Amino acid sequence: MAPHWLRVERRTTLPPRVVFGVSFAAIVAALLAAGIFFKAYGVSPLRAYQLIVTGALGSKVGLAETVRRTIPLLLCGVGLTVAFRALFWNIGAEGQLLVGAMAAAGVALFVPMPDLLRLPAMFVAGFAGGAFWALIPAMLKVRLGINDVISTLMLNYVAAFVMQYLIQGPWKGPTARGFAYTDKFPASATLARIPGTPIHWPTLILGVLAAVLAYIWVTRTRQGFEIRVVGENPDAARYAGISQGKVILAVMLVSGGLAGVAGVGEAAGIHRMLLAPSKLSFGYGYTAIIVAWLARRNPLAVIGTALLFGVIMAGGDVIKVSLGLPFQLVNVFNGLILFFLIGSEIFMRYKVSIRWRRA
Amino acid sequence: MTLDASESTTYDEAGPGPSRFTEVRRKGASLNADEVAVQLRGITKRFPGVVANDGIDLSVHRGEIHCLLGENGAGKTTLMRILYGLYQPDAGQILLHGEATRIPSPRAALTHHIGMVHQHFHLVPTLSVEENIILGLSEGRGPFLRPRKTRARIRALASEYGLQVDPTAKVWQLAVGQQQRVEILKALYRDADTLIMDEPTSVLTPQEVDALFHTLRALVDQGLTIIFITHKLDEVMEVSDRVTVLRKGKVIATVDTVSTSKAELARLMVGREVVFRLEKRPGQAGDEILKVRDLHALNDRGLPALRGVSFSVRSREILGIAGVSGNGQHELSEVLTGMRRATHGGATLEAQDVTNRSARAIADLGVAHVPTERIRVGTVPNMTIRENLILKRYRRRPFCRWIFLDEGAAGANACDAMERYGIAAPHDGIAAKNLSGGNIQRMLLARELSGEPHLIVAAHPTYGLDVGATEQVRQVLLDQRDRGAGILLISEDLDEILQLSDRILVLFAGEVMGILTSEEAQLEEIGLMMAGAQRQAVSS
Repeated sequence: MAPHWLRVERRTTLPPRVVFGVSFAAIVAALLAAGIFFKAYGVSPLRAYQLIVTGALGSKVGLAETVRRTIPLLLCGVGLTVAFRALFWNIGAEGQLLVGAMAAAGVALFVPMPDLLRLPAMFVAGFAGGAFWALIPAMLKVRLGINDVISTLMLNYVAAFVMQYLIQGPWKGPTARGFAYTDKFPASATLARIPGTPIHWPTLILGVLAAVLAYIWVTRTRQGFEIRVVGENPDAARYAGISQGKVILAVMLVSGGLAGVAGVGEAAGIHRMLLAPSKLSFGYGYTAIIVAWLARRNPLAVIGTALLFGVIMAGGDVIKVSLGLPFQLVNVFNGLILFFLIGSEIFMRYKVSIRWRRA
Repeated sequence: MTLDASESTTYDEAGPGPSRFTEVRRKGASLNADEVAVQLRGITKRFPGVVANDGIDLSVHRGEIHCLLGENGAGKTTLMRILYGLYQPDAGQILLHGEATRIPSPRAALTHHIGMVHQHFHLVPTLSVEENIILGLSEGRGPFLRPRKTRARIRALASEYGLQVDPTAKVWQLAVGQQQRVEILKALYRDADTLIMDEPTSVLTPQEVDALFHTLRALVDQGLTIIFITHKLDEVMEVSDRVTVLRKGKVIATVDTVSTSKAELARLMVGREVVFRLEKRPGQAGDEILKVRDLHALNDRGLPALRGVSFSVRSREILGIAGVSGNGQHELSEVLTGMRRATHGGATLEAQDVTNRSARAIADLGVAHVPTERIRVGTVPNMTIRENLILKRYRRRPFCRWIFLDEGAAGANACDAMERYGIAAPHDGIAAKNLSGGNIQRMLLARELSGEPHLIVAAHPTYGLDVGATEQVRQVLLDQRDRGAGILLISEDLDEILQLSDRILVLFAGEVMGILTSEEAQLEEIGLMMAGAQRQAVSS
């Protein structure tokens, strides 16, 4: 039981400032906790955070790097907010992204078609690939009641190993001189970038568009209503005659599809070939879970949270270069943020205050 | 910083608590009838937008059953949660046996010998009775339990107060009335001398209510004090010594039960004269609307729940389904509304076969459904009143144009429904979870009855509602009948069944024991049928 100086009460309303304040406090707490690790390396945490911010936002190169990281986080994050709204725990954006990249690479390298159609075809194939990978766990859940967390997570590994197989076996590029790559994509299969930066802007536009459309979808449309009912109270959905199965298939189609599009962007916009899964993605699909969670399942808010994590990821490079610290510190930091975010949920349901003297 | 001297001396949270009062009561020492066991002074508790308790004064004497009477939302439960340490008051003082006391937690309440039996029990179904009773106590020697000692003590308490229950039985095997006994034993095992009972009869059959009242009498005879929260006037008159009436967070009056009447209490509680009569015109049943033949279905555990049920419902008719809970009523309502599959047999609605059609298809054919669990199933608590009101019609005009929802149309619909059914809420944009039970049911009825349904399946439509809301819901059902709807009324409240129904069907173990008309229905005969006697056997 709570000690007498602590006062815990259930909240009846949840004003936006509480949501914002609690989320902000969680990030600050994660910064403080991550500071211990910087300290352990003998680096002042304050200096490290200052370097991260100036490195990621203070120069043109840093800013470009930040936006580059933001693009896949945005696409995956938007898809995840939609899935999470229907209470489908899609932990598989990483695998869906990889399958999207493979589908696009297949179209880029092996399907003969007019140059003008190639990029659109790659996006369609990427969306379809990601969606296909997401529909497997969706069907397993709807038909057989198989746990979504486990099946989506496991399929990430399947996707990564399939990709490994392709680049070391049948798709290994004759011009790659023994490395595990495919050949470079033909020019017609590469995405335009903002000159002098790695920002493949067509994918960025798709990401922002996806955020806006997804927001309209879940808040304004008939099917969005169904998604919310299924997510908030599956029993009421059954009572109202809303098919939970159809809703799950719809959200996973979109969720996986958007992750697939992110994969297309990485393959055709950044690397312009298919290479090792860990080099193609840097765990964007996992980080996007935190992005969607921090956005409190609001697709529009993902634009902001994806940018924040773009800063953190780009800042990781700075840590590596300027301070000589391992890049993995960023993963530690991301993990801490998710930890504190989930831990902070209780403060959105309960109001906790300290009484300084006895009433 | 100065501390109030009396408070600093009496405040002890952690200590085991001296059993001075317990000792006195266990020995059955002579009682001073005027000794005040619990006194509340000026208790105020505010929640955002509402003052749940507004300067409440209450004194409860030792050895009495003190009823706390009030409508839903009057502040009864909030007040008792403060006494039990679940909430902290914003202002006011609690005095136990004359001493100012702070109760920061239920554990502290227990050290002050206050126990509470909640409306919804806090038991672990897979554990045994004795395991549930010692749950959370530091019993036994070191890490080891001492089951024999525990069991002996439970048996002693059980026989002392007439709370017969097998300590080794698993809780899930027990009937609801027995589970309640376990909750009472739990409190007694913790040396409670003041027992708060929150709406204890709402889950019990008439026979179980009688047994409970016996137990409560035995407890006060032993010197315990009981605070009994209720909104049912009959219970107040039957069981209490004194009554305190709450309305809108304030104490309206405290009276001796012998010197008051149901009518007076009702007036104090509601704030106006209450007419205990419904306008029920004689029924003129019309054409057959629903025909059910040889219906079979399984329950959630896969066991047969309905075993060959056949009956029909006509328009302008209320068919009441009587039965002890768990005899297939719930499954029947779900099969008829498309939420559960029939394994054999089926149903026709106005000559259309509706067996195993989807919930949406059946609703679209004009079947309204007031579900058993209105909050868990019938509403989406985190969505707004406006959205809940279109839960079944969001796909159609005017609420939906092409693929987009029309917020304006939904808002207009909500305004209309809130006014017509008297749903009390600041506006239609607040989440349904913030509504009181009565208002949730009004919202549900507003939604379900909006399309002039042909058949209404109403399960426990007034369960847990206060007098005013109950009256309103019953009148709405009668009005719907007169409008031409056929109504299937499932209820465990026999008075309600008798009051509203034109015909009464009794279910037992998933079979129809018989169907009676309201003229020939007698409480005794229905009671026997509810216990499993076929009608023919009864009458011959």
